[in-house]
Amino acid sequence: MDIQNKFIDINAVEMVFETKRGSFHALRDITLNVLQGEFITLIGHSGCGKSTLLNLIAGLLKPSEGVLLCANREIAGPSPERAVVFQNHSLLPWLTCYENIFLGVERVFSATDSRTQLRERTRAALALVGLTAAEGKRPHEISGGMKQRVGIARALAMEPKVLLLDEPFGALDALTRAHLQDELLKIVTKTESTVVMVTHDVDEAVLLSDRIVMMTNGPAATIGDILEVKLARPRERVALAQDALYSQYRTSVLEFLYRKHAHPAKEAA
Amino acid sequence: MSIVIEATSNDEPAASAAPVGTLPVEKSQPGKNKAVYASMVMAVLPPLTGIAFLVLVWQIIAVKNSNFPTPLVTLLEAIKLFSDPFYRTGPNDQGIGWNVLASLQRVGIGFGLAALVGIPLGFLIGRVRFLSGMFGPIISLLKPVSPLAWLPIGLLVFKSANPAAIWSIFICSIWPMVINTAVGVQRVPQDYMNVARVLNLSEWKILTKILFPSVLPYMLTGVRLSIGTAWLVIVAAEMLTGGVGIGFWVWDEWNNLNVPHIIIAIVVIGVVGLILEQLLVWLAKAFTYEQVSH
Repeated sequence: MDIQNKFIDINAVEMVFETKRGSFHALRDITLNVLQGEFITLIGHSGCGKSTLLNLIAGLLKPSEGVLLCANREIAGPSPERAVVFQNHSLLPWLTCYENIFLGVERVFSATDSRTQLRERTRAALALVGLTAAEGKRPHEISGGMKQRVGIARALAMEPKVLLLDEPFGALDALTRAHLQDELLKIVTKTESTVVMVTHDVDEAVLLSDRIVMMTNGPAATIGDILEVKLARPRERVALAQDALYSQYRTSVLEFLYRKHAHPAKEAA
Repeated sequence: MSIVIEATSNDEPAASAAPVGTLPVEKSQPGKNKAVYASMVMAVLPPLTGIAFLVLVWQIIAVKNSNFPTPLVTLLEAIKLFSDPFYRTGPNDQGIGWNVLASLQRVGIGFGLAALVGIPLGFLIGRVRFLSGMFGPIISLLKPVSPLAWLPIGLLVFKSANPAAIWSIFICSIWPMVINTAVGVQRVPQDYMNVARVLNLSEWKILTKILFPSVLPYMLTGVRLSIGTAWLVIVAAEMLTGGVGIGFWVWDEWNNLNVPHIIIAIVVIGVVGLILEQLLVWLAKAFTYEQVSH
């Protein structure tokens, strides 16, 4: 089997949660392949199970049925090779930015690297997201955008095979979000990472992705459609605003989200 | 954003406080200085009024009841007492300083042992579900028992008054630490545990880098409650066991019918309890972190 073509291989995955009020069928028949170096976004209305799918890839959840493979090995649990950037940054508030990143670096590389090399890796990750000056600060001393950048640096410093982002910019204001999207694009180009990102922002999805995976509404959500975004890289936000192809992609995602699979709450109203 | 706003609002009083004493500037901002002055008065006036009220009530009681000393008599007695707090003329006649220190030592030992046992036990109960189910009923049953009910057991086992008093302190101050530590461990945000899982941290790293710092504020609340209880218990326990200690001292002075000394002892017990509490509040503040917001 060609690893490059099936770097992440999600095969007939079902996810059923057992809750106090009975079982809840979250995901139905999910089959998806992610190529090495590809940037995939999962988009859908809230409650469609896109974060559940991401947690399955992360190994934080186990599927009720089906198999998930990463580089031909079954995903049995969480691992630093699949680094997650959480929506609420999840930095440890009692550690400085440097220490937060160092914690991951130490875990992954302490067997092979010297202490100095570990320190260098941590500094390099901070420099990558432009936060060298903030290394001694604790999370509550920096802004929301900076916290999210530390979260990304923590994930990247572990040199993961896959970078998993769970609505990383959801809580940020529009300008900060745009800035971080541009930075993420640059970093991903530089590191050639494979990325799976959850979002509910159509522009973000079109701007960043190679493919947009559009999910139907839950319960028992599944992949409704996959849109291939054939925009040339490097992509530039302002130029793309005038681009006909860009608006075409944008329209088809909007079409999917608001015509074919409108949010159930709005449909009922 | 909130940090920025806080910083500017903090700067304001500092900026207005700086020019106090230099007349021209003071005149140019009469409104601001007035506000600072008013807030200072409001901070000092209510507590002073409260104390004055207490002394007044005391004075009225003392005037109506000839057995009860007036505040002035008590104050003079206190000055005499505190002029030589560390004298020693016999095993049962020692200065108030020695008595307080003896009590503090018992509390220290009993409470220290309780912390040594209670905090690790709390961690285990919080982390291991089986243990939580196992100890839950025991704790619920033993927690409401009055500490003095444990004293005879201590006397029976240790055959001596001093270890029995320490035992009472131990058994009553252990519960808040066990319970609060366990609750703290159970309430560690899932986000942090997810970080631990994704980074694949070792149990030791989870304990030192995530559990311990996260539980610390809860633990310190338990410690604060425990030390408060311990200080409450020691006075009662010492009344029963005798020897040197502030509790025994109160009982001794009652036998001597020295009421001013009893009142002084009450104030001393209150002040020491307050200091212990404040120390732990400061400690807790230093170790409280902002949690992840959702």
